[in-house]
Amino acid sequence: MYELKFNIEKCLDCPSQACLTKCQYMNIDSKTAKNEIIKIAQGEDSFVLHNCVTCYACEEYCPMGNHPFYLIVERQEALDCAPVPRPLIKRAIKLGIPFRGEPEIKPIDGPALNMGAFSELMPLIQGKLFENIPVISTDARKMFHYFCQLMYLHYAKSSVIKERLPGIINTIARHKPTQLICFHDECYGTYASYCPAVGIDVPFEPVHFYEFLFERLMELKALIKPMNLKVAYQRPCSSRLSPDKHLFVNRIFELIGVEIVKRTYSDENALCCAGTIQGQRVEGSRKRARELQRKNIEDMKKAGAQICVFNCPACFQTLGRIVSENGIKPIHMSDLCRLAIGEKPTGWR
Amino acid sequence: MDNILRSLADIVDETHVSNRQEELFIYSFDLGTAEPRRPDYVVSPESVEQIQAILRLANRNKIPVVPLGGGLSLAGLAVPLKGGILIDLKRMDRIIEVNEKSRYAVLECGVSQAQLTSYLEKHHPQLTHSEPGAPPTATIAGNLMIHGQGDLAQPYGFNSDLINGLEVVLPTGEICRLGSCAVGSEWFTNHPLPDINVFLGWYGTTGIITKLSMRLFPAKRIRGTGQFVVDNEELVPEILFKLTHTQMAEDIIAYSRAIPPFSDGLQHITVNIAADTEKELEWKQEILWDDTLGEYIRNGDGAYLGFTMGLERPQISKTSDYKKGGGFEYVGSIMPIEKYPDCYRIGRKISEKHNIPYTVTGRCVGVGHSMMFAWTYAFNRAEPDTIRHAKEALHETDDIVVELGGVIWKPGIYGQKLIMERLDPATRELMKKIKKLLDPNGIMNPGNWDVK
Repeated sequence: MYELKFNIEKCLDCPSQACLTKCQYMNIDSKTAKNEIIKIAQGEDSFVLHNCVTCYACEEYCPMGNHPFYLIVERQEALDCAPVPRPLIKRAIKLGIPFRGEPEIKPIDGPALNMGAFSELMPLIQGKLFENIPVISTDARKMFHYFCQLMYLHYAKSSVIKERLPGIINTIARHKPTQLICFHDECYGTYASYCPAVGIDVPFEPVHFYEFLFERLMELKALIKPMNLKVAYQRPCSSRLSPDKHLFVNRIFELIGVEIVKRTYSDENALCCAGTIQGQRVEGSRKRARELQRKNIEDMKKAGAQICVFNCPACFQTLGRIVSENGIKPIHMSDLCRLAIGEKPTGWR
Repeated sequence: MDNILRSLADIVDETHVSNRQEELFIYSFDLGTAEPRRPDYVVSPESVEQIQAILRLANRNKIPVVPLGGGLSLAGLAVPLKGGILIDLKRMDRIIEVNEKSRYAVLECGVSQAQLTSYLEKHHPQLTHSEPGAPPTATIAGNLMIHGQGDLAQPYGFNSDLINGLEVVLPTGEICRLGSCAVGSEWFTNHPLPDINVFLGWYGTTGIITKLSMRLFPAKRIRGTGQFVVDNEELVPEILFKLTHTQMAEDIIAYSRAIPPFSDGLQHITVNIAADTEKELEWKQEILWDDTLGEYIRNGDGAYLGFTMGLERPQISKTSDYKKGGGFEYVGSIMPIEKYPDCYRIGRKISEKHNIPYTVTGRCVGVGHSMMFAWTYAFNRAEPDTIRHAKEALHETDDIVVELGGVIWKPGIYGQKLIMERLDPATRELMKKIKKLLDPNGIMNPGNWDVK
């Protein structure tokens, strides 16, 4: 069985306990933070396990390269204190079961773009930016064969990830991709962060979608017309697993001539879309999610954003309508890039 | 041209009558498992007078008559079991009146659900009607004839409870009006005259509904669906009871199905909520999810899945995709809501026995006064063996409904027989007298509700 590489010594040596002191959803001082993270590391119960909203951010906050969030999830499972109700966990586990036949495997022997469990979003990878790049997981009936499983971190089910992920990696590996461009950065986080953290081998090189988009835009630079738009960026929880790739957000925006508005809830301080929070067990979670969404969108409005750029389709689904109702246009990053090179994405008005 | 065909052509013109085999074929079956049977003639009238003339002709010649709306009952209710004249009513599709202040619509019998929905959206956006989960081509009158329910069933009950009046052509050709339209020109109420409505639930065996007045309801600006899920079916009745107590929902449906896997073994409860403002919506959501179901969330037994703007109609028809060859039929029943756990377990058992992925659905009718519980069985139209399994499963389910003390909803021939065997003798005798009085020659949809 795969085991999380977590070093308690690093926590003891940690000067800041930023994993918990920076948490935007719990108010924890430095002393308490140290006590609690040590308790968790030693397998003891902690209020943190019960109140964690599973936003992944502590993975980014940790200055010691440890894995506090992965640890919290493992302990939640071990101590049977999942943040969401039991039927939601059962439902989520069943959601990832493939049931519409086996995928067609065609060896690629080169870079490939993996849609993961978002095959239905193929319209988001059309046009010049995606020319000549083979795509895998294009059939929504078979997409769960490519589902990275990391979603189960929200459900205190590391065991499911560890059980299923090697099979998923094997399916992808049968396509023989040298590089795997991950449409969803949760997939990238899985292969670049989670797998090394628990010792699962990844026989291909994961590539972050934004890195790919940036390079493609550079190749098509002559086509770019500065958009002169003010944008807010909805940073997803999964991007906390690849903070080193977050710089591509600004690079892309700079390249296509959009101005990212200065606001309170951005970058490290980004607020979760609250899609997961609304279903959690802690009393008042649904209302809390609504309040967080309101706070987030008010912040975008106050900063003068005209457009809200989404990375994660789940965030888009959760926040897209509300953003739109507040006079801000929601758009996926790939569609924004298509607009910048003079293409018109489906549905854009 | 034979004499009957010529007589029918004289009534409706030659282009709206046929005895050509390829056209009769289309009218010989519905989408369920019932054996096909062709009519001898199909005719499509466009007026009440034409319907009167057709029924008089049929009566003179003692020819069976089957009225057809959208043809979507699935239970073979409009399959012409004894041949004869099939009357396709789809040309009778005028929306005669919408009274906005008194909230009702007067419609001809061929008006479809989608037609009324789009008409109201365009011309009376503040009004809506209780639309069933049937395909959009299902007719309003057809749905009333089977005591259908729609997406306002939770506050207002069966669609047949929402009638303000009817115009009916009796089997002998006379026109009869029921409700306020019988004493004046207004169609605003079905009461308080002596109740002589013997046309609903009879599948056209006592007459053909030609016009109807249907109650309409406020269309709130925002409509959407929230979902809740539990993994213990025993909790469903109490949750439905608590939800209906709030009187905040427009529609409450519980379901479980084997496909897709995320719903297998779990009970999903969808709750349609309507509001005119975000404030009203949030207030209703707070009462429903936080106050009413919060205890299940906190103790981990139930989960809130979120709220989606816009209505998604129940899609039992998706079941037809479970097996290649796309066929499905269901047994519906009207049950007390406390029977949900038994109904669910029995559905799984019967489905497993016949190797069919299970699908069960329960819709609250009234404020928890009953539910329409349906068991759906998929089959492959190209494989007789799967059709046989579905048919057996349907019959076994009919038996179970009766055993559980429920009433089979829109029963096919097998279910009608079960009901007749158990029907109170005095009630059966009354039905017999009514049938004899209204349809002395027994020409109307023979084979259905045969009272011996």
